[in-house]
Amino acid sequence: MSGMEGVDPVTLLPELVLALAAVGALLLGSWTPRRRQGRVRLCVVAALLVALAAAVAAAATGTGAASGGHTVDTITHAVRVVVLAGVLATVLLAADAFADHPRESEFHVLLLLAALGTMVLAGASDLLVLAVAYLLASIPLYALVGFAKDGTGTEAALKFYLLGALSGILLLTGTTLLLGAGGTTGYEGLAAALPGAPRALVAAGVIAVLAGLLFKAGGVPVHFWVPDVAEGAPAPVAAFVTTVPKIGALAALYRLGDQVLAGAALDWVLLAALLSAASMTLGNLGALLQTDARRLLGYSTVSQVGYLLMAVAAAGGQSAQPGLLFYLGAYLAANLGAFAVVCALRTRTLEDHAGLFRDRPWLALSLVVCLLGLVGTPPTAVFVGKLALFTAALDAGLGWLMVLAAVNTVASLFYYLRWILPLFRAPGEPPEAGDRPGAPDRWSTGVAVTAAAASLGLGIAAGPVLDLL
Amino acid sequence: MLSVVVFLPLSAGLVLLALPRPRDATAAWTWVAVAALDLVLVLGLWAYYPSVSGPGPGGFAYEERVLWIPSVGASYHVGVDGFSLPLAAMTAVLFLACAVHSLRRPRRVRAHAVLFLFLQTVSLGLFSALDLLLFFVFFDLSIVGMYFVIAGWGHGRPARSALQFFLYTFLGSLALLLGFIGLYVASDPRTFDMVELAGQTPLEGRGLVGGLVLLAIGVGLAVKTPTVPFHTWLPPAHTDAPAVGSAILAGVLLKMGTYGFVRIAMPILPGAWSAHAMVLVVVGVVSVLYGALVALAQTDFKRMVAYTSVNHMGYIILGLGAAGLATGTQSDAASLAITGGVTQMVSHGLLTGALFLLAGVLHDRAGTYDMGSYGGLAARAPRFAALAAVAFFGSLGLPGLSGFIAEFQIFAGSLGPVPVPTALALLGILVTAALFLRALQRLFLGGPGPCTDRVGDLSAREGAAIAPLLALSVLIGLTPRFLLDRVEPAARALAALVAG
Repeated sequence: MSGMEGVDPVTLLPELVLALAAVGALLLGSWTPRRRQGRVRLCVVAALLVALAAAVAAAATGTGAASGGHTVDTITHAVRVVVLAGVLATVLLAADAFADHPRESEFHVLLLLAALGTMVLAGASDLLVLAVAYLLASIPLYALVGFAKDGTGTEAALKFYLLGALSGILLLTGTTLLLGAGGTTGYEGLAAALPGAPRALVAAGVIAVLAGLLFKAGGVPVHFWVPDVAEGAPAPVAAFVTTVPKIGALAALYRLGDQVLAGAALDWVLLAALLSAASMTLGNLGALLQTDARRLLGYSTVSQVGYLLMAVAAAGGQSAQPGLLFYLGAYLAANLGAFAVVCALRTRTLEDHAGLFRDRPWLALSLVVCLLGLVGTPPTAVFVGKLALFTAALDAGLGWLMVLAAVNTVASLFYYLRWILPLFRAPGEPPEAGDRPGAPDRWSTGVAVTAAAASLGLGIAAGPVLDLL
Repeated sequence: MLSVVVFLPLSAGLVLLALPRPRDATAAWTWVAVAALDLVLVLGLWAYYPSVSGPGPGGFAYEERVLWIPSVGASYHVGVDGFSLPLAAMTAVLFLACAVHSLRRPRRVRAHAVLFLFLQTVSLGLFSALDLLLFFVFFDLSIVGMYFVIAGWGHGRPARSALQFFLYTFLGSLALLLGFIGLYVASDPRTFDMVELAGQTPLEGRGLVGGLVLLAIGVGLAVKTPTVPFHTWLPPAHTDAPAVGSAILAGVLLKMGTYGFVRIAMPILPGAWSAHAMVLVVVGVVSVLYGALVALAQTDFKRMVAYTSVNHMGYIILGLGAAGLATGTQSDAASLAITGGVTQMVSHGLLTGALFLLAGVLHDRAGTYDMGSYGGLAARAPRFAALAAVAFFGSLGLPGLSGFIAEFQIFAGSLGPVPVPTALALLGILVTAALFLRALQRLFLGGPGPCTDRVGDLSAREGAAIAPLLALSVLIGLTPRFLLDRVEPAARALAALVAG
């Protein structure tokens, strides 16, 4: 392992800004009266904008670096921008739910640290850095999920924590095994050493590492926490936890598959394809009959991970990497948009949304765009992402996976439509129309409309964006 | 110019949506005005149409091309030829008729108008798209738009029918997408552009792969068309859709399937098409006979018309399949069958659109489509009876109306290449004639039924919506040259590709 001495701090500017902002927010929050913690939020938003600017600037100048087990390349650039946009949206969503909350600054600190972990996860090119990033991206989230200190939140946090701790140990075990097999934890060294290493050892190590990353991504078979967290955590936290960390995890999985395991004596393509097939199918089956909107979204994210894993299975193909990165951005917009509507209305069940189109046409239209976006209806962004990944799968000789993904897409339409249909129901039909809360939350509404617009805009302007990737 | 025609309705719809609380009359009349303006523009395209040959490079008029997603070789590429221009014109006419028909103010007028303006853009866009991805975008959006029309303004059990419609046709569209990706991956250099793909014919001579891609595309289009055995979504969707929704669904959206065959499947996969054309012929003949026989058994007027659509679409599939089986010396026959198929698309759009609007008139007045509830309407509603009679006779293929021109050409062209199936399909005409005459008898002649006294005659608005459709059908029936002159060059070029 090379040391950190040679690292140019400028290449890590977005990460540094986030780390400083987290510390700063903690200090500022400690010296701010509990009723005036709104100023912490302002500082956090400012820091996020600075980090976003730094990330965009780094991506635009094409700065690249690889040292100390951390690589800055197109994947890192794209993940940085997407994650920062996601955190910004979460902070705005939380501006409604947690305004004047006595622990508001703690919320922001934990959020920033988890985002930092996610970004490092995507850039890690050394298994030890990967493990550190995993812990950094996980531990703050355990606390966030139980943030409301209520029954469902505590239950979700406990499940999340137990499964997370187990996966973390597996990840570290896998790192140890691969160190034993390859004599190093750096990706470059492993890629050279693994093809000659004992097959069983490599397989066990890879599967253990996979377990950790799949937990972060929320993919089968370590997906059990996803629906519980989506349902039990406070709404903005649920939006964040089911959306943002998997961006880093999937980027890490792709990097691992592309840079380390492509040549290893292990049928990586088949393994990833099977995991992908299982995720998309089981996620869809779980979502099919849900009546709770957030639980439905939770299961739907499991199936989305399945589609995204197609890129991991087809790693190295011409359209796999741009497709993955584009899909991640598109998925972020669509999923956060749908969660933002739930945040804005503070609704629970699908039936709670009845007649929404009459009362809040813009919010209803945003929800329709986001949900159809998750299906992959053109011209939303996910369609372009799906198209690229389908192509990548066919290129990699995984025609069966492509067909399965198409069938799953049709199945997913069923439950998204179960949510869309009540929106347009004629007023007066639903019995519980009376107890809908009055005005929707302002910031969340803004986030929902912006996310829907971004989903459409990204789809129509897909050409230039894909070229960047 | 073509883009203006395509996107004018959508932009008008967005303006309508942005207006703060417009009056219902404003929304309804804006829709009529925009639809009329768009029709005028399409007629302009028709009048100044240069003679082009399609489907190769330079074969399209009013071409526009802007790169959209260069990294996957997809572009915004539009243009029209002898196949698409008549369909675009028919689309514009039918949407205007629906706009006029909707002046009676349905529920939620503005949303209704905006949705139909959106659908018009989608339909015109599909008929002018020259890029597979663009075609797919419009294909999928048409499903989304029609879903909301059925779910929002339908009657009976609209939510259930709309869901069934969406799931079924979406499955078809994904099969189509898989086929498109197959074409894309096979092409070199990789592209989604139809014109370039028609020049490359990337899967020529690769039997199994070509067959699989054709299967995916064929299933996708067959669901939309629909042909037996993929037609089961059609009757419930029609039964529960509002009248104007049914008119657009049957008149325009079904054509997207058959149009896809002539625009994509045949020119890009000519070899595979010829190799598997017999399957198409059999599917076509089964659709013709099955659609006609099931329609004969219906007592619900709208379901009957829906099943005759399966029958009429079957003729088109038969003609296109026969063109694929024509040998080199039968190229004229193939061209004739293709011309007949395209004419049938236009004719069926006009006639079925009129029939569904007439069905809506009945439902508006008496609330039922059951033919047994009516009787003796000819005396009570003479104008309604007269228009319905014209539409019935047009649909059963009486000479002098557009249906005859279309079906005669299909049969004349198919008889040489596939004599036995064509003879079997001729029986379909007989059954259709029987069922329409029986419906005529039940509805208009005999003693009055329980609902007869609730039916008044057509209003001026309804007449103005329906009569022009039938007038056009008569015009095509009497002087078909103006239409055939557009279709024939494109049909000849396509026949040369697939025959022999």
